Amino acid sequence: MGSGYLTAILFLPAAGAALIAFVLSNRARVIKWTAALFTFVPLALSVILFALFDRSPGAAGLIQFEEKALWIAPINANYHLGVDGLSLPLVVLTAFLGFLAVLISWKIDLRVREYFAWLLLLETSILGVFLSLDLLLFFIMWEIEVIPMYFLINIWGAGRKEYSAIKYAVYTLFGSAFMLAGILSLYFTTGSLSMIDIGQRSLGLVQSIMPASAIFFLLLIGFAVKLPVFPFHTWLPDAHTDAPTAVSVMLAGALIKMGGYGMIRLCVTMFPPVAQQYAVILVILAVIGVLYGAAVTMRQTDFKRLIAYSSISHMGYVLLGIFALGKVSLVGAALQMFSHGLVTGLLFAMVGLVMHNAHERDLRKLGGLARQVPIITVVFSIAGLASLGLPSTSGFAAEFLVFVGSFSSSLVSGIQVYTILGVLGVVLTAGYILWMLQRVFYGPPLEQYDGTADADVLERVYMFAFVAVIMLVGIYPAILTDVIKLGISPIMGLLGG
Amino acid sequence: MNLALFIPEITLTAVAAIVILLDLFIEQKRWLAQVSISGLVIAGGVTTAMWGGSYPAIFNNMLAVDNFALFFKVLFLGIALLVILSSTDYVSKFSRFQGEYYALVLLSTLGMMLMAATTNLIAIYIALELTSISLYALVGFLKDKKSTEASLKYLLLGAIASAVLLYGMALVFGFTGKTQLGEIARILQSLPPMTLLASPGLLLGIVLLVAGFGFKIAAVPFQMWVPDVYEGAPTPITAYLSVASKAAGFAIILRVFFSAFGLPVWLSQNWGLIFAALAVLSMTIGNIVAIPQANIKRMLGYSSIAQAGYLMVGLAAMGVASGGSILGQSGVLFFLASYAFTNMGAFIAIIAISNKLDSDLIEDYSGMGRRAPLLALALTLCLISLIGMPPAAGFMAKFYIFNAAVQHGLLWLVIIAVLNSVISAYYYLRVVKVMWLGEAASAEKVPSSGALRLALSLCCLGVLLLGIIPAYAMKLAQLAANIFIY
Repeated sequence: MGSGYLTAILFLPAAGAALIAFVLSNRARVIKWTAALFTFVPLALSVILFALFDRSPGAAGLIQFEEKALWIAPINANYHLGVDGLSLPLVVLTAFLGFLAVLISWKIDLRVREYFAWLLLLETSILGVFLSLDLLLFFIMWEIEVIPMYFLINIWGAGRKEYSAIKYAVYTLFGSAFMLAGILSLYFTTGSLSMIDIGQRSLGLVQSIMPASAIFFLLLIGFAVKLPVFPFHTWLPDAHTDAPTAVSVMLAGALIKMGGYGMIRLCVTMFPPVAQQYAVILVILAVIGVLYGAAVTMRQTDFKRLIAYSSISHMGYVLLGIFALGKVSLVGAALQMFSHGLVTGLLFAMVGLVMHNAHERDLRKLGGLARQVPIITVVFSIAGLASLGLPSTSGFAAEFLVFVGSFSSSLVSGIQVYTILGVLGVVLTAGYILWMLQRVFYGPPLEQYDGTADADVLERVYMFAFVAVIMLVGIYPAILTDVIKLGISPIMGLLGG
Repeated sequence: MNLALFIPEITLTAVAAIVILLDLFIEQKRWLAQVSISGLVIAGGVTTAMWGGSYPAIFNNMLAVDNFALFFKVLFLGIALLVILSSTDYVSKFSRFQGEYYALVLLSTLGMMLMAATTNLIAIYIALELTSISLYALVGFLKDKKSTEASLKYLLLGAIASAVLLYGMALVFGFTGKTQLGEIARILQSLPPMTLLASPGLLLGIVLLVAGFGFKIAAVPFQMWVPDVYEGAPTPITAYLSVASKAAGFAIILRVFFSAFGLPVWLSQNWGLIFAALAVLSMTIGNIVAIPQANIKRMLGYSSIAQAGYLMVGLAAMGVASGGSILGQSGVLFFLASYAFTNMGAFIAIIAISNKLDSDLIEDYSGMGRRAPLLALALTLCLISLIGMPPAAGFMAKFYIFNAAVQHGLLWLVIIAVLNSVISAYYYLRVVKVMWLGEAASAEKVPSSGALRLALSLCCLGVLLLGIIPAYAMKLAQLAANIFIY
């Protein structure tokens, strides 16, 4: 059913990018409206997809809206797209952030044509990662993303942007180098590039000259760099901090989710016994990431860098949820990815706004902005509270599921201890978020910020879009968890849990 | 004997002669390029028409007319076509001898076509020399200090490589008493393994052959001529050297090592490991030394050494596979085709830019994204392809060739190769960065002629086609490589 939907969602942004780069005249207004159109339609389509998605229990583990065509016969590669409960929320998230990123970029006036072309291409490549069911296509989409990102940080970034851009590129390529070796080994072992086929075999049993755990780790390194997992995280603060606002939103919101998605889709689904065997190590790394990330966040004095570091901590929850290998914890991890995408996306958008309007990013010099910019203050507070997991926001639902699920998981020994340590991260998060809010917005108003502009109409539109979805998921998480469960339950079958 | 099978070569010889003669009589030198191009197109058309047929070998079994040879012939003709298209402006730098320039390009192409087809050690040597001598002259064509030095260096080192090769051939001949590759194979296979092991002469001969051909493909440690020659030669000739000459080297390696030394198994596994070691050296040294280069031609010189390393991963896979690996062989062929489009594209963009700048320094490319957006975009695409990133051809080529290596248990080699690709990203992206981020020294646009634009568009089209829908080209490569499966 619904053939062509996914292709349209995937390639409309790229088509928009081509149009902007090669066809349209170089007028900023035309380009911005085109970019908005070519990201809005995929968003609308993905919401339709979400509405049409078959949520009946019988659909568990089924790929929906599948599209398949022979692509490269000699190596058995197909153009194969499809969504299931795991990927669909991330597709919607990416389309959502892609559209809002265009709105957030509305004030860009440097090399507008190139900027929007790269931004749209970036969206296609991220969508491609979530939509592909063929390993070659998946890897291609994974790799393509580096190029727009490199340019976006390098040209429109701030601070040490050139350093951050090349660091990002080299880290990512380093990770994907191992991933490519892993994918080739998988292909060699199974003779197939189809994620579905491979997922349905039990690779632990396949006789091969290569141990399954070697392939598992080759793939894992690629995803660990992207998520990022401690100790592969050092690119993240640099790239997030120095990227332009909208790109930070895409980076933190959608792009690093590729890592978590890949871990669930490839590492856990294809190698359940190996995942179980090494889960403890990864859970420990997750806890280190949560606590270390939060502790370092606490020490930041740069506004944007603080938000950037908080991602490391929050992605630790994702890793914890994944490798606790419980049904609930995996659902929680998937939900946390979605929620973090929204919350951190919003936080970055707001930080960008404050920096743009107040011309200051040093937390020690900011203060008392609540008087001058009340709307930003309110929305920022909501985003901050969502980030620390206040009930009724998506952050609460997600973290709660991760912790409950991990604690009750039976597959990893000692998981209870690690979960409790991980929960401590919430306390630290509350600490740095509230302290940051206090330093920036509360306290006596400072003279030099008199006359700082508050959000204008367009900015209010995207802020409220963010807040609405955060609250919606927070109050009625079943709207997502019902879908995610369908994607997770077959994995539990493989794990025997 | 059927001379009809030799029409492409005859055409090329005739056109080369016509070009030299015409040069004496006409004032409008651009006609020379057009005559050369039409010759190449005719030869290419005839060669393409012969594809897929099964023909007897000609000249007393000296030249095979098989799909493998035809594949390479079309490749060389295509590259020569691009070289001549991209030379049309460049030749104005030469005060005289434009006719000879084109004729030499055609003659070296002829030599390469023969290299791809020969099945006899003596014919291999002759074809190789025909190619090399034409190239020695072409490298020195600028007649300035650097160009002359490059030519002399290339000549001297090339002569040593030829001597080494000849010595290797002599040893192989001395051991087997045959010059025909097929007959050498028959004798080697009929001997008991102990005899082979106990004959260091033969093994030394094989190693010397590797060294002689290694010079041609610029593998480490036979690469020392590359940087100076690449820098000094006229840029279209640098492009030609880096692509066609390398491809010819690989063609001959494939032919010799498969036809003559493919069996017994332990022999092929051993030379497979030699190529694996050379691959590691070439990739690593090529990539690391490329990083500090300030001159883009030198940088691409070292990059071409690294690319030869990736190609040798395919050779290693074939050798280790014992009995041939269709993935390995066709992988090398496919990689060569993608590399031809990619590297030619990069060099053509460089020719266009340096025509205006009169400089090959990377820092002078600053702001090219503003001054010549399409040229910069094309060069960016080609550099991305050289890194091996999708959606460019370079990615598919690497994927295909590394896939072959993994299939034959060379995962360690693949990991070294992919990590090398990461290193290479650093210096390729540096050029990209300078072009798009640097401040332009002047706002003046960079013009490019129609011929250059045509050549560059062809290359970019090829890079994208092979990168996005490679199935057809892979199929052709497999058909061409099929002759080496037993």
